[in-house]
Amino acid sequence: MSGKEFSGAEIIINSLVDLGVEVIFGYPGGAVLPLYDALYGQDKIRHILVRHEQAAVHAAEGYARSTGKPGVVLVTSGPGATNAVTGLTDAMLDSIPVICLTGQVPSHLIGSDAFQEADTVGITRHCTKHNYLVRDVDQLSRIVHEAYYVATSGRPGPVVIDIPKDIQIFTSSISHSGAIKHRSYQPEVKGDIDSIRQAVSLMVGAKKPIFYTGGGVINSGPAAAQLLREIVQLTGAPITSTLMGLGAYPASDRQFLGMLGMHGTYEANHAMHDCDVMICVGARFDDRVTGRLEAFSPNSRKIHIDIDRSSINKTVRVDVPIVGDVAHVLEDMLKIWKATILENASQSYDDWWAQIEGWRERDCLKYRTSDDVIMPQYALERLQELTKDKDVYFTTEVGQHQMWAAQFLKFEDPNRWMTSGGLGTMGYGFPAAIGVQIAHPDALVIDVAGEASIQMNIQELGTAIQYGLPVKIFILNNEYMGMVRQWQELNHGGRYSQSYSDSLPDFIALAKSYGGHGILVDKPADVDAAIKEMIETKGLVIVDCRVEKLANCFPMVPSGAAHNEMILPDDDEAGNENKQEFKGGAALV
Amino acid sequence: MYHTHKEIELAERHTLSIIVDNEAGVLARVIGLFSGRGYNIEHLTVAPVDLSGKESRITVVTVGTPHVIEQIKAQLDRLVPVHRVADLTESGPHVERELALIKVHCNNGEQQAALRIAEAFRAKTVDSSFDSYIFEVTGKTEKIRAFIKLMEDAGLVEAVRTGVAALTRGSEGL
Ligand SMILES: Cc1ncc(C[n+]2csc(CCOP(=O)(O)OP(=O)(O)O)c2C)c(N)n1
Ligand SMILES: [Mg+2]
Repeated sequence: MSGKEFSGAEIIINSLVDLGVEVIFGYPGGAVLPLYDALYGQDKIRHILVRHEQAAVHAAEGYARSTGKPGVVLVTSGPGATNAVTGLTDAMLDSIPVICLTGQVPSHLIGSDAFQEADTVGITRHCTKHNYLVRDVDQLSRIVHEAYYVATSGRPGPVVIDIPKDIQIFTSSISHSGAIKHRSYQPEVKGDIDSIRQAVSLMVGAKKPIFYTGGGVINSGPAAAQLLREIVQLTGAPITSTLMGLGAYPASDRQFLGMLGMHGTYEANHAMHDCDVMICVGARFDDRVTGRLEAFSPNSRKIHIDIDRSSINKTVRVDVPIVGDVAHVLEDMLKIWKATILENASQSYDDWWAQIEGWRERDCLKYRTSDDVIMPQYALERLQELTKDKDVYFTTEVGQHQMWAAQFLKFEDPNRWMTSGGLGTMGYGFPAAIGVQIAHPDALVIDVAGEASIQMNIQELGTAIQYGLPVKIFILNNEYMGMVRQWQELNHGGRYSQSYSDSLPDFIALAKSYGGHGILVDKPADVDAAIKEMIETKGLVIVDCRVEKLANCFPMVPSGAAHNEMILPDDDEAGNENKQEFKGGAALV
Repeated sequence: MYHTHKEIELAERHTLSIIVDNEAGVLARVIGLFSGRGYNIEHLTVAPVDLSGKESRITVVTVGTPHVIEQIKAQLDRLVPVHRVADLTESGPHVERELALIKVHCNNGEQQAALRIAEAFRAKTVDSSFDSYIFEVTGKTEKIRAFIKLMEDAGLVEAVRTGVAALTRGSEGL
């Protein structure tokens, strides 16, 4: 608290600086002009001007996910705020900390249908963790600090602060400094020790245990990933991960079974189905993960570690719920495990591993290779191989390419993989890559894209060029909304209704028109050269990689099926007589 | 073969007490949670309860299977302005009261009946004109329902109810 008077706009900037915020992704407009004025001529916070507000939020998400710090967004009232809604919902479903400042019409005009007025707190109530409408400039500094606390603590998420224009202009001498706790919101990070003991005794008695881990491990921070590695290796149990959790455990390790779920590996899904003790760490039993609920891992006892009590027993009943932060709980769990195992003979899961190796031998990611057409899986394998020793971050759009990327890229560390998991937002990957590149200017940042998705935020080429961001867009161009086409093939009798990507732009010329570089590749033999050229090119690159148009993404647990009812690549592509038919049209989820 | 048995759960009626920060939009948040996730609200009351006006107490009567009730509590608990959530139905003996105002228009003959019933229900007459009364009655939901039902035959015009307010018995607070 100091005696000096500042305008609301200055208070916001000062508070953000106090909280350690270095970058804002935003787009100006009438209702935030005082804020933009306060940004002018100061050098503590860098403002990145996007080309669409949705992209500002995705960029903030990419920034947040790759650094562990919250992303900050600034948009104007009305259309600025409504454009941000998809991004906010995306951050909500994937638990990404974002603070979004929205301008609002002056206080006295609220409710009058004023120009560019939208009920932003009403609209965003369901897609934010919390939101504020600032009524009093004296509260502003507290609210900014509190919003930061809410966005980053417990299960992270997006927070909106809606600031009427007059509040940005009014002055106040009240400003806070340092961390602020919330009066009512104080999530518990330590897990209940008795429950952790109970969990360990279940684990000790297990014959077929499995760790099932998710984005919560990444959100909990690097210590959580470290502790996870330790406990998994100490127990010798297999581990599988959700889409959101990739990188928390090194993909190259023998104990890692790959991703689970709808497009997960055969071994991961079968191991989940047959395990006797499941240790769910920071994952939430999403329907893309469980398949048909009644048939989900029917014979296992389940332990669930989650910071959000409402995630526990939401869809799947568990035997040992542990509410707490992953790192805190794993730390206690490790201690108890070590003490317990000293008393008991050490565990051996030889039979279990033999069974798992059997599933592994099925080689479920195998695909038909070709000398003429680039298979998308091949392109990704090469991308993995040629980038594996680099300081590389991957983002994706949404569709088949996203699932193939999850299957074929190998993540050894957390925070290197950003994808839209919960909401499945096409158009996420490119702006997210911009956010990542802002945070890691010297790293190699690659957006694995589809030709349809990339068009949903293609305008951000301007942003990337303006700030000299050398983002690489690697388009697996199959001329289809491939994932839609695949479902139409499997569930709707091959009637490809509206899923062809017609009238595509010339991506090479497009890159050039913005001042970037474009590479076209359509032969398997040229893939390596194209990837190398992409990596060696200093600035922004679009690779238009023309791939097999009708490839399907397998393995697949068809919608409504159980984990052990997967379709494998050779069921389909080899024209196998035993190819399973799926009852058309009935896919509900 | 794997067997799965879906346990069949019966819906239960639960009275929840929620202490919230008395800030703008908090009621919308609570109601929005119920409508957004498809939960039922049978009764809802809300008002500030401490003298400084900083906290409000929301009482919700809801119906759901035990699993759904658990979810409702967990979801409420993670709303940022929510301090505490208590399930009065689960936590044991508690007192529930509602207040209702009931207007009746009485023809000759109905008048006596209305007054007699009102007396039996310990209702107060808070307004009366030549041919009408307004009764004020408090009690449990069942009692209020029974009273309104009886008044139907005594010239009921309209009724208004506050919804349930509830506290646990004994010296402990929430
Ligand atoms: C904003 C949005 N609209 C629609 C969808 C539904 N959808 C999911 S995948 C997909 C097709 C994506 O096509 P493309 O980007 O070419 O990727 P591919 O599947 O071909 O790899 C669509 C339309 C979505 N996920 N997001
Ligand atoms: Mg495509």
